[in-house]
Order: sequence, then structure tokens, then C-alpha cells
Amino acid sequence: MKKLAIIMVGALMFGGFVFAQGGNDGVSAKTSGPSEAKELTGAGATFPAVLYSKWFSEYNKLTGVQVNYQSIGSGGGIKSINDMTVDFGASDGIMTDEQLAAAKGGEIVHIPTTIGAVVPTYNIPELANSQETLKFTPETISGIFLGDIKTWNDPKLVADNPSLKNVSKDIVVAHRSDGSGTTNIFTSYLKAVSESWAQKVGAGNSVQWPVGLGGKGNEGVAGVVKQTPYSIGYVELAYANQNKLPAGQVKNKSGKFVTANLKSASLAAQGVALPDDMKVMLVNSGNPDAFPIVGFTWLLVYTKQTDAAKAPAVTRMLWWAIHDGEQYCEALDYAPLPADAVKKAEALIKKITINGKQALPADLSK
Amino acid sequence: MRDLELARIRSRKISAAFFYGLIILATVLSISILFIIIYHIFVSGVGALDFDFFTKIPKPYGEAGGGIAPAILGTLIMLLLAALIAIPIGVATAIFIVEYGETKLATSVRFAVELLAELPSIVVGIFIWALVVRNLTGYSGFAGSLALAVIMIPIIARSVEEILKLVPDTLREAALALGTPRWKVVLFIVIPTVLPGMFTSIMLAVARAAGETAPLLLTSLGNAFFNFNLRRPMAAMPLQIYSYAISPYDDWHKKAWGATLLLIAIIGILSGAVKYFTRRWNHESR
Amino acid sequence: MKKPWMVLLQKPRPSKETSPGRLPLIKDPGDRVFSVIIGSASVFVIVLLSAFVLLLFYDSLESIGRFGLTFISGSAWNPVETKLNPVSFGALPFIFGTIVTSAVALILATPLAIGSALFIVEYAPLWLGKIVSFIIELLVAIPSVAYGIWGLFVLVPFMRGTVEPALQTILGPIPVLGALVEGTPIGQDLLTGSVILAIMILPTILSVSREILQNVPRLQKEGMLALGATKWEVLTGAVLPYARGGIVGGAMLGLARAIGETMAVTMVIGNSSTKISPSLLTPGYTIASAIANQFTEADSAVYFSAIVELGLLLLLVASVFNILAHFLTQYILKGGDARHA
Repeated sequence: MKKLAIIMVGALMFGGFVFAQGGNDGVSAKTSGPSEAKELTGAGATFPAVLYSKWFSEYNKLTGVQVNYQSIGSGGGIKSINDMTVDFGASDGIMTDEQLAAAKGGEIVHIPTTIGAVVPTYNIPELANSQETLKFTPETISGIFLGDIKTWNDPKLVADNPSLKNVSKDIVVAHRSDGSGTTNIFTSYLKAVSESWAQKVGAGNSVQWPVGLGGKGNEGVAGVVKQTPYSIGYVELAYANQNKLPAGQVKNKSGKFVTANLKSASLAAQGVALPDDMKVMLVNSGNPDAFPIVGFTWLLVYTKQTDAAKAPAVTRMLWWAIHDGEQYCEALDYAPLPADAVKKAEALIKKITINGKQALPADLSK
Repeated sequence: MRDLELARIRSRKISAAFFYGLIILATVLSISILFIIIYHIFVSGVGALDFDFFTKIPKPYGEAGGGIAPAILGTLIMLLLAALIAIPIGVATAIFIVEYGETKLATSVRFAVELLAELPSIVVGIFIWALVVRNLTGYSGFAGSLALAVIMIPIIARSVEEILKLVPDTLREAALALGTPRWKVVLFIVIPTVLPGMFTSIMLAVARAAGETAPLLLTSLGNAFFNFNLRRPMAAMPLQIYSYAISPYDDWHKKAWGATLLLIAIIGILSGAVKYFTRRWNHESR
Repeated sequence: MKKPWMVLLQKPRPSKETSPGRLPLIKDPGDRVFSVIIGSASVFVIVLLSAFVLLLFYDSLESIGRFGLTFISGSAWNPVETKLNPVSFGALPFIFGTIVTSAVALILATPLAIGSALFIVEYAPLWLGKIVSFIIELLVAIPSVAYGIWGLFVLVPFMRGTVEPALQTILGPIPVLGALVEGTPIGQDLLTGSVILAIMILPTILSVSREILQNVPRLQKEGMLALGATKWEVLTGAVLPYARGGIVGGAMLGLARAIGETMAVTMVIGNSSTKISPSLLTPGYTIASAIANQFTEADSAVYFSAIVELGLLLLLVASVFNILAHFLTQYILKGGDARHA
């Protein structure tokens, strides 16, 4: 009886201690200010999650600030920032007017952070050791995802890929089951290149997929493809690379079959007029060597911040991301922001205010 | 005629044996399922349980190593807080139902407890999200604990109610006859008798809450870092298992199995410890 | 200085009024405080439940108002407004998935549960019966997400590689049944979802059936045995008819649990709701898995409202089955079938 009482009292004390933890705890930072929040929460896109998880791990080592990013999909990121249940959101789909109108805290800026490529990835046991990746055209991709092309040895596919001649298995399609910016980029591309797709399905974070299995997040789709023989899905390049899944080549606007990598992704942004609010899609680029399924990804932040401790922390993190963060892009096959994009992003970050004053800490906004 | 009778008896006996065989088959199948599942969990998960697993935070996507320490910690913290909230309410409710049992209020409370017990846990998550996450704290460990508490309250209430009912009325009446006020009878006479049983109920509720994932998806979200702050998102073992299992990374799959093994082990230890202490208690006090 | 014999000196008091409760009312200030504390905790439970239902209802009003009954009958779940498809939320594919997986799970689990229960109660010696029921009921302790990961990594490949092709060869040629197994075996489909659910509800049905069977009056069984019946005939003639209602109640309890299951199902069912097709080998959704997948991203007000309405729907259906189940089992356990009394 006595032992029990001691345990319960100890538990109560522990509970009290834990709950009494206020806003910040003391991990002293090297470069962040004394009154800035030490913990931030963000949620959203899985597209850049590979990069962000690297970023925030490094940022934590550098400044002691814990930026907890949870990849729940762009749809989740948009909803979370609209409801103000997180400090920043992330999405690779541009927020629609309806979504912007639903934002509880007012105006939201889209801060671009990086450029990534969406690749068709597949799992064909016969081709597991092949050095060549399959070649896809607008017709074959839209055909597969519409359910019109049902087997791997369909003549349309074999025309570009003789190695598929003897693979008579059915194609298992994998798509996103959650609201996804990656889907947005992928379907925007399909809408641009396939009349039939534009008619039947359209583009957006969530669409009515004619066929296929759903996976949650880029992680989920990559997981499905990895485990299901004869499947095909669309994922951000980093997911294909990290999991040794093949990334198919895609025929771009100029008729060339391009492999997705840092270079071909960066080229997609070249020559594109960047609007001040940075809300622009990069699919189906006219550049002859560009990969055609490419897009920006953004961090979503309120211009009118409400928390005096978090506002400078968020802006400091954003500033670091578009400058120092870009060094981590290359190793993970994301394309760093081109110089003009960085300039526009800086201007957008400077628009963020707290209590009427610019939120960006003074030591950064020279 | 006799042959006919014998033939009939034989066919009836064959029928009986046949169905007996089916029954044996059904039983064997049902038993093997458990062993198969535990086997797989053990074999796939034991390899992941190294020192780092228990002490380090997760590494960035694609990098091997690291651990799930934040998730283990988060589960423990949220379970503790949920228990602190649920135990008083659950026990009080059970006492009310049993000791004030024949009033209309008590029947409604009993009914409410039954309904609460049957709530799908994802719906509990929606409720706490709408009430707490949306308006109060954003995604947070506190919201997660509340969701777990809502799940634990009816479990505790129901089983403590059963236990209290087992206490013979003669005990209560004897105490009352000696002039003990009602509240003292309950607190100092009835409850100490059933303390081990109550302990069992609480541990079972905790074991059940330890495995809940769906409500946490919508309330505590998850955290890649160590976090003691209940007002911020918190990692939890079931959440980690889920996100790692559906990912493509082999290293994460291994960790997911390991976390599953750990979770099952914790649940097993809780239930086992309860049985052990109950037996000791019973032996000591008799 | 109170001495025990002083009791004798006290005047006898008039008999105290008894409250409706188990204990007579003694007027002690501590009692008031105590009953207030206990009472408020219990009332809190009622308040909690009501708040639950009210909040869910309130948040789904928009969707109810806008879609009404087409929510249940419509099959287009389209959160995004496009030129081709206006925003509409028809939950029929989710309802279909829930019904199919729960029904198939029941079909798979109930025979196993009844068979095992019969073994434990009627055939096995007491010690063996205890061990067997303990083992099977341990399945209840395994959390949903553990079933999910086992399902994803062990069951799905097994279904995809072995069971589903086998089913296709056996059932494929048969006209009506063949439609149940059409399509490429992917592993992540309604069938696998049903199998996982069946495993999860097996212990529930088993424990109720076991209790019911244990309560069958011995007179019935012994009467039949005296007349020369075989064991099996005793079961079918005396035991099972008596236990029928309770077993149905147990099955309903299992059904209610299956309906609300989220994580294990979501990890193996494929999460795609394009068509309502008769084949069990197609990926699908249940109401619970749809909520789990889509709740965090329901960004527009009407989308959010639709998801909450799904939750309300789930709550109502699960509650109805639970209440039915409890009535059935209580009826059997308390009085039983009057005909055999």
C-alpha cells in the first residue's frame, strides 16, 4: 500500500513538472536571439520532406532550435496553416482562392524553398538489373494512369522500350490517397499534355483517379511501388533515388527523352518569368533539355504574425533555408533556387510582420 | 432391420467425428494465428533493438541509424498524463454507479459509459481535434493525452464497476452499523479490498491506450525531436510505427518492427506485472 | 474518554431513512462533499458524451445541409472543384467498403469462433479449455497498428502471391462467384482488409460465445445424451439452438468492433475508392480509413464538414450494433429462451 502511494505521488509530481513546461526550454542557441522561440512546428508537403528533414536536423545542430516538420501532405499543410494549428505550412500546390479565403489569420505568403522533379517510378522484376530506365511519353503516362494502357507489353510502351516486349503482366497503378502537391504538379503536367486527361480528370491536389492503389504521402507511394511487383507510381526524385527505385525518362516538349536530375530540373525554371508572389508552375518547360515534370515547393507563412517569440524564429529559419539551406539540395537531387527566385523570396520574407514591424531579425535584414 | 439401425448409428457416429474434426481444425487455426503474428513480430523486430534505438532521435530521411527515443518518451508521457486524468474520473464514476446504483442518474451514467466505451477511436480523435487542437493548443501532446484519457475512462469505469459489485454488501453494512459515515465506508473499507483489482483495471486501460494510433494522428501529430512540452506536438510509438511502416525505407521498416515488438512487450509486461502483484497482494493480506 | 461500554448508555435512535441507494443515509458532512465529488465526476461523463455527439453534429451540419441523403447514396467523392466534377461528397464507396469488409470478416471469423468455443466448453478438459481461451483472447491485447504492420508485410504478400491467385483459379470459372475474384491480385484490397478484421474480431466473438455456451442448462444436454444422442447431435439439438441468440449478439459485438477499426484496415486495404465493383480483389476504403487518411487535409469548410459527417455516421452505426448486441447477450445470459425454460 505504501509503495503504491509513493509511486502515485511520484507520478503526480512528474505530471506536474511535465505540464508546467512553458513555451520554451533552455537549449542555448549560437545564432538565435534570446527572446526567439526555440521550438517551431511545421507540417505539409511530403515532396520536399527528404530535404526538409536534412535541413532541420542541420539547423538544430547549428542553432539549437527544434523545427519539428511532419510530412502529412500538401493538403494537410494548407489546412493546418489555415487553422493555425502549426507555425508554418508546406505545399507544392499553389493555394486556391477558396483555400486562401479560409485562412484564419489573414494573408499567407508562398516562400519558395527548392525545386524538385516528379518522376514515374516502377517495379518490374525482370528489369531489376537493367541499367536502362524506361522511356515514357505524354501519351503512355496518361494512358497508364487513365487505365487505358493495361499491360506492360502494350505496343505503345514497347515502341519506346523493347525490353518490355515479354512482360505481359498487368500494370498496377499507385497514386496518392491524400491531398498532395506532388499530385498537383503531376496532374498539371498531364493536363497540359493530354487532352483526354484534361477532359476526364483534370488537375489539383486531389483528383478522381480512374484506377489504382492509394499510398499516403510520397513515402506511401514509394512504399507501394517498392513492395508491389509490376507497379508504377509518381514520386519526387529523392524518394526514387534513396530507395533504389528506377526513375523513368520522360519525353519533354521538345521531343527529347530526359532523365530527371538536378540539372534538368533547374533548367525547367530557366527563362520562366517569376511573379512577385512566386506562385508559378514549372511543368512542361520549353527548354530543350529540361525535365518536363518539375515544380517549386513553398513554405506557407502568415504575413501578420501573432506570436512575438515565434515571428523572428520563423523568419530567421526561412532566411537560412533560402540561403544556407540550398547547399544541401544537390546531394539529395533537389535543384537549388535560382538567383532571381532567391531575390523574390527575400522580398516576400521581408513582408512578414509582427505587431506592425518587420519580423525578420535585425541582424539578418541588412 | 438391425442392419439398418446399425448403419444409421454408424453414419451418425461418422457425422459426429467429422464435425469434431472441424471443431478441432477451427481451434487449431485460431490458436496458431496468435503464434504466427508474435513470431513475425519477434523475428523481424528483435534485430532493430540496439542501444541507439532506445536513446537517439531519428535521422533525416534515407540516413541509416538513429533511433525512436522521442517516440518512446512521448508514449510514456502521454500515457501518464492520460492515466492521471482518467483514473479519478473512471473510478469515481464506477463508485457512483455501484454505491448510488438505483437512482435514475446512475442508470444514465452507466449507459453513457457503455456508449463511450464503444466510440471508434478515430472519432475520439476528431472530437479532441475540434475541441482542443483547433481552438486551444494546435497539435500538442496535451491533446493527445486528452484523447487517450477519453478512451481510458470508460474502460476503467466498467471494470472497476464489476469489481466493486463483487464486494459483499455485508461488509458495507457492518461498517455502517458501527457508525462509519458513507464516504468513509467507500474510501477506507470497500476500496482497499478491491485495490489489486482496480490496479488491474487501470493497467489494462493503460495497455489498451498504449497501442492507440488513430486519435494521435489527429492530435499529437508527431515530433522528430525530444519534447517534454505538452503544448507542442509529441511523438508516440504507434505513430512512429505507422509512418515508418508505410514508408519505402528498409531501415525504417526494421525500426517499425522493433517498435512493434517493444510495444507488445510493454503491454505484455504491464499485464504480467499486474497479475504478479495481484497474486502477491492476495497472499500477503490473507 | 470514550469507553466501549459507553455504547450501552446511548439512547436508541429512531430508525434512519434509507436512500434509494445501497447505503442508508448517515448525515455526515464528509458525505455531502463526497457525493458531490463523485456525482460531478459521473455527470462529467454524461456531459462528455453529449458534448461529443453535439460537436460532431454541429460540425457536420454544413455537409448535411448541403448534401442531405445523397451523402449516403452518392458515390462521387470529389473534394476539388474542377470543370468536369463539381464538389460533391457521396460516401457510398466508403459505406460499401465498410459493409463488405465487416460482412466478410464476420463470415470468416464466426465459424472459427464458434468452433473454438465449442471445443473449449464441450470437448476440452477444464485446464485445456482455460489455456486455449487464454491464448485466443490474447489476440485482443495486440494493438491495431501491430496488426497493420503484420498485415502489410506478411499478409499482403501472402495474399497477393498465394491466396488470391489460388482463389482465382478455383472460383474464377464459376459464374457468380467468379466476379468476386476478378482483377489483378494486388494484395492490398478489400479481401485482405476483411481477413485482418476477421482475426481482430475473432476473440470478441469467441469470448461471448464461450460465456453463452457455458450457461446452457445441463438438463437439456443430459436429457439428450440419455436418449442416446451423439455429442454432435447434442450440440446441434440442445446447445446451439439455446445459444443462438447470444452467439448472434457476440457476432454483432464483433461487427461493431470491425466497423470502427481504423489503423490495421488502412494499412492493407489499398485506399482507393474509384469504383464500387463486386470484386473483393479491388482496393477500397472503409469509413474509418477514409477519415484517417483525409482528416488532416480537409481544407475547405465543406470538405471538413463532410469528413466529420463520416465520423458521425460511423458513431451512429457502431452504437446501434453495440446496443443491439448488448440486448441480445444480456437477454440470453439473464433469462434465455423461454421455450426451453
